[in-house]
Amino acid sequence: MAGRRLCNRRENPLRLELRGITKRFGDLVANDHIDLTVEPGEVHALLGENGAGKSTLMNQLYGLLQPDEGEILVDGEPKVIRSPRDAIAAGIGMVHQHFMLVPVFTVAENIALGAEETRGGPLGWLDRRRNRRDVIETSERYGLPIDPDALVEDLPVGIQQRVEIVKALTRDVDLLILDEPTAVLTPQETEELLGVMRGLSDSGKSIVFITHKLKEVKAIADRITVIRRGRTIATTTPDTPEDELAALMVGRAVSLEVDKAVADPGRDVLTVSGLVVEDDRGVRAVDGVDFVVRAGEVLGVAGVQGNGQTELVEAIMGLRPVAAGSIRLDNEDLAGMRTKQILRSGVGYVPEDRSVDGVVKEFSVAENLVLDTYDRPPYGNAFRLDPAAIASSARERVEQFDIRTSSPDAAVGTLSGGNQQKVVVAREMSRPLRLFIASQPTRGVDVGSIEFIYGRIVHERSIGTAVLVVSSELDEVVGLADRIAVMYRGKILAVVPPDTPRDQLGLLMAGITSSEDDA
Amino acid sequence: MTSEAPPRPAEEPAQEKAEEKRESFLSVFLHNLWSANTVTVTVLSIVLALLIGAVLMIVSDADVLATFGYLTARPSDALTSSWELVSTAYADLFKGAILDPEAISAWVSGTGTWQQAFTPISETLTYAAPLVFTGLSVALAFRGGLFNIGGQGQAVIGCITAAAAGFALPLPIVVHVIVALLAGLLGGALWGFIPGILKARTGAHEVITTIMLNYTAGLFLTWLILQKGVQNPGRSDAISKPVDSSAELASFGGVLRVNLGIVLAVLTTAAIAWLLNRSVFGFELRAVGANPPAAKTAGISVAKTYTLLMVVAGGLAGLGGATQVLGTAHSLTPAVAGNIGFDGLLVALLGRNRPWGTLFAALLYGALRAGGNRMQSFSGISLELVTVLQALIVIFIAAPALVKTMFHLRAARAARLGASMAKGW
Repeated sequence: MAGRRLCNRRENPLRLELRGITKRFGDLVANDHIDLTVEPGEVHALLGENGAGKSTLMNQLYGLLQPDEGEILVDGEPKVIRSPRDAIAAGIGMVHQHFMLVPVFTVAENIALGAEETRGGPLGWLDRRRNRRDVIETSERYGLPIDPDALVEDLPVGIQQRVEIVKALTRDVDLLILDEPTAVLTPQETEELLGVMRGLSDSGKSIVFITHKLKEVKAIADRITVIRRGRTIATTTPDTPEDELAALMVGRAVSLEVDKAVADPGRDVLTVSGLVVEDDRGVRAVDGVDFVVRAGEVLGVAGVQGNGQTELVEAIMGLRPVAAGSIRLDNEDLAGMRTKQILRSGVGYVPEDRSVDGVVKEFSVAENLVLDTYDRPPYGNAFRLDPAAIASSARERVEQFDIRTSSPDAAVGTLSGGNQQKVVVAREMSRPLRLFIASQPTRGVDVGSIEFIYGRIVHERSIGTAVLVVSSELDEVVGLADRIAVMYRGKILAVVPPDTPRDQLGLLMAGITSSEDDA
Repeated sequence: MTSEAPPRPAEEPAQEKAEEKRESFLSVFLHNLWSANTVTVTVLSIVLALLIGAVLMIVSDADVLATFGYLTARPSDALTSSWELVSTAYADLFKGAILDPEAISAWVSGTGTWQQAFTPISETLTYAAPLVFTGLSVALAFRGGLFNIGGQGQAVIGCITAAAAGFALPLPIVVHVIVALLAGLLGGALWGFIPGILKARTGAHEVITTIMLNYTAGLFLTWLILQKGVQNPGRSDAISKPVDSSAELASFGGVLRVNLGIVLAVLTTAAIAWLLNRSVFGFELRAVGANPPAAKTAGISVAKTYTLLMVVAGGLAGLGGATQVLGTAHSLTPAVAGNIGFDGLLVALLGRNRPWGTLFAALLYGALRAGGNRMQSFSGISLELVTVLQALIVIFIAAPALVKTMFHLRAARAARLGASMAKGW
C-alpha cells in the first residue's frame, strides 16, 4: 500500500521526448508529426491558438488518446501510455483546464480519490488519517498551503487548481502538464500560480504549460514550442518578442494594441445610481454603485473576478432582481423590466460565460444568430419563424463577422471558442444599439478573434453607442476603455483614466485606495 | 483574415465534454438515453428483440424442445421444428399486422370480402392512433427539457372529458365529435398545466408531480364511473354510458375498426413537426430544452415556456385518450386508457423524439399488438410475447452500449453493419 507512492521514486528528474506524434480524427489531422522535447526541470510552454492541437497532444501523453503514429520516450525509453494510470506510473501528471474534482468531498478526500490508502487490503478501511497527512506533507514540501478538511465546493477557483496540483504531486509525478491553467484565474491568482510553477521547476519537476497567453509564456517559460494547425512551427526562447510569437501562433502579423481615436462622448446613456444587488445566497454583491456610460465612450469595469461585476451586469440585463437603486437607459427605468424588453430597447449583451449563457450549442449558427430576435421581423412574428430570412441573414453575418464555420447550419458546439464568441458578438451587434455590454468579451478566445472582437467594439463606440466592458484582464480594460471603474467588494472604488499607472490600478483592484482615511 | 482556411476544431470534442455543466444524474441519464438512440441502434434493437423472441418461443414449446433431446443424432429435426414454429409465429404476426395473403386471394376470388382483406392493417392503425398522440406528448415535452411521465394521467382525463362531452351534451352530428375531441384536449391540457405551473413557480420536478397525477387521474376515473349519471343504468359493473353515435369518430364499421383517429394522428404529427421547427414557440421550447440559461439570457421566459409546454403536451395526451374513447372504446371503463400513456414514453423513445419518428414508432407498436393477437389465436403463442418483444426493443435501445458491444459497432461502420444484419434476416 505504502509502496504505491514510493515504487516509482526516481533518482533524476524526468526527460520527455515526443517523436513524430500524429493523431487523426477522420479526415482531420489534429497532430501532424509533432516533435517535442522537455528537458528535466524545464518549464516548457506549448503555445497555440484554440484548436491548434495542444490539448490533443497532451491527451495522448496522458493516455486519454492513443497516437496513430509516433512514439513517446521517457528518459530515452519508448513508453506505451494507454491510460492516465500508465501516465502516472511513468511519472507524468496532468491538471486539466476543467477540474476533475468532486465538489462535495473534502480536499483530502479528493486528493486520495483513485489512490486511497487503505488498511487491510484493497477492500479494507480507508486510512483517512494517513491520506490527510500525505496531503499536508506534500503541500508543505512544495509550499502549496491548502486546508485538507475544506470542502472543494467552498474553495475559490485558484485554490481548487492548487488542489489539483497537489493531487498530481502526491502521485509522485516528475512531469506536470498544466492545460490552460490561467484561463480561469484572476491576475493575482495567475501571479501566484506562476510562482508555484517556478518553485516546482526549481525542485526538479518538469512542467508543460499549455496556453495561448503570450505574457505568461514570456514570464515563466524556459523554452516555447509554437503549434499551429497540428504542426510544430517553432521552438524558441522567451526573449522572442511578443508580436513575433503572436505571428508564429496565428500565421500572420497581428496587432494586439487596440487602435482607436480619442473618444467624443455624448449624452449620458446609462445612468446607474445607488444600485444594490444580492447574489444567489442573498449577500449584497453590488453595494450602492453609481456610474454613467455616455454615448460614444467605453467604460471599462476592472476588478478581480467575484467582486460584484457579474451581478451588476445581470441586474442591468434584468436577469437578477434589483434590491435598491435605479438603472436608467436614457429616460427609461430598466429596473423591473424583463430581459426581453431590455434587449428590445436597444441593449446588446455579451455574457461572460459563453457556453452557458451565450450560445445554445445544439442549435445551428443561424439559429444562434437570432436567439434573441427570432420573433421579430424580418426573422419571424409572434407565431412563426421565417427560415429563409434567418438563413440569408446568417450567411451575411458569417461573412461580415468572419465566423469560421463549415456552414451556417452547423451546430455552434462544433465551432472553436473564438468563433462561438463571434457568433454572440455578431448577434448582439446586428441591431441598432444604444448600449452595448460585453462581459469578459475575449475569455477563451484565440488571438486572431480577439483582434477582431476589439475592432468591433471600437467600431460600435465610433457610431455613438455607449459601451460597457467588464473584464478581469487588466490589459483588456486598459486597451479598450476611455474611463476605468475599479470594482472591489461590490463598490466602485474609483473611476480613473486608462493611462493610470498599472501598479495604482493593481492596488485599487486589491481594495487599497490612495487616501486610506476616507474608507 | 478571410484568406485563411476554415478552422480546425481539433481540440473541441474533448473540451466540450468537460465543459458540460453539472446536471442531475437523472437528466444526464435521460439525455444519454435519448441521444444514444440512432437509427442503427433502433433497427438493431428490433432485430435483436425478434431473435431473442424466437429463442423464447423455442424454449417454451415442449414439442420443439423435445427434438433438441436428440440433437446430435438428428439435428435436422430440431432445426426444422424450430424453424417451423418461429417462422409460423412471425408469419402470423405479419399477417395479423399488415396483410394476410389468404384473405387477399379470397377477396380476389370472391369468397371473401374486401373488409376482411384490410382487417390486419385496420387493426394496426386502430391500436397505433392513440399512441401517436401520447408519443408526441412525451417527445415534445422532452425536446423542451421536460420528462412527461404523466401521459397516462393526461390521457385518462382526456378520456373522461371526451366521454362526458360525448354522452352528456346533446349536439348535432359533426359538431358533437369536434366538441368531444376538444373536451379531451382541454382535459389533458389541464392535467398538464398543473405540473407545468408547479415546475415554473416552485421548481417541483415534473417527474414526481406527473407520476402522482397519474394515480390521481386513474383513481378519479374508477370512482367517477360508478357515480349516478355516469354509470350505464343497464349495467351493474363499472362501465359508463356509451357516447352518442354523433360523438363517435367515424369508422368503416363491421370488422374494420379503423376510424378517423389515425387521420387526426397524422395531421397532428404534421402540426407538431411544424410547431417544433417553424414556430416561435417551437424555437423557444427547443432553446429552453437545450440550454435554459442561454434561453433566459436571450430574453426567453423559461417559466412561461415550461408551463405552456406542459399544457400542449397534456393536450396531446388528452387527445390520445379522446381518440381511444371516441374511436374504439365508446364508453368509460377503469381500463379504458389501457397503457397508452406509458406506451407513449416507449414510442417517443423509439421515435427518437422526432414527430415523424414517433408516428412510425407508434405504427410499429400498433402492428406488434395487432399481429400479436393473431399470433396468439393461430400459433398459440401468448400475447405476452409481444409485450416481451416491446420490452426487449426498449431494453436494447436503453442499453446502446450493450448493442454496440454485441455488434462491435464502430461509428463509421454502423450503417454498413446495420444493412448486412437486416439482409441476414
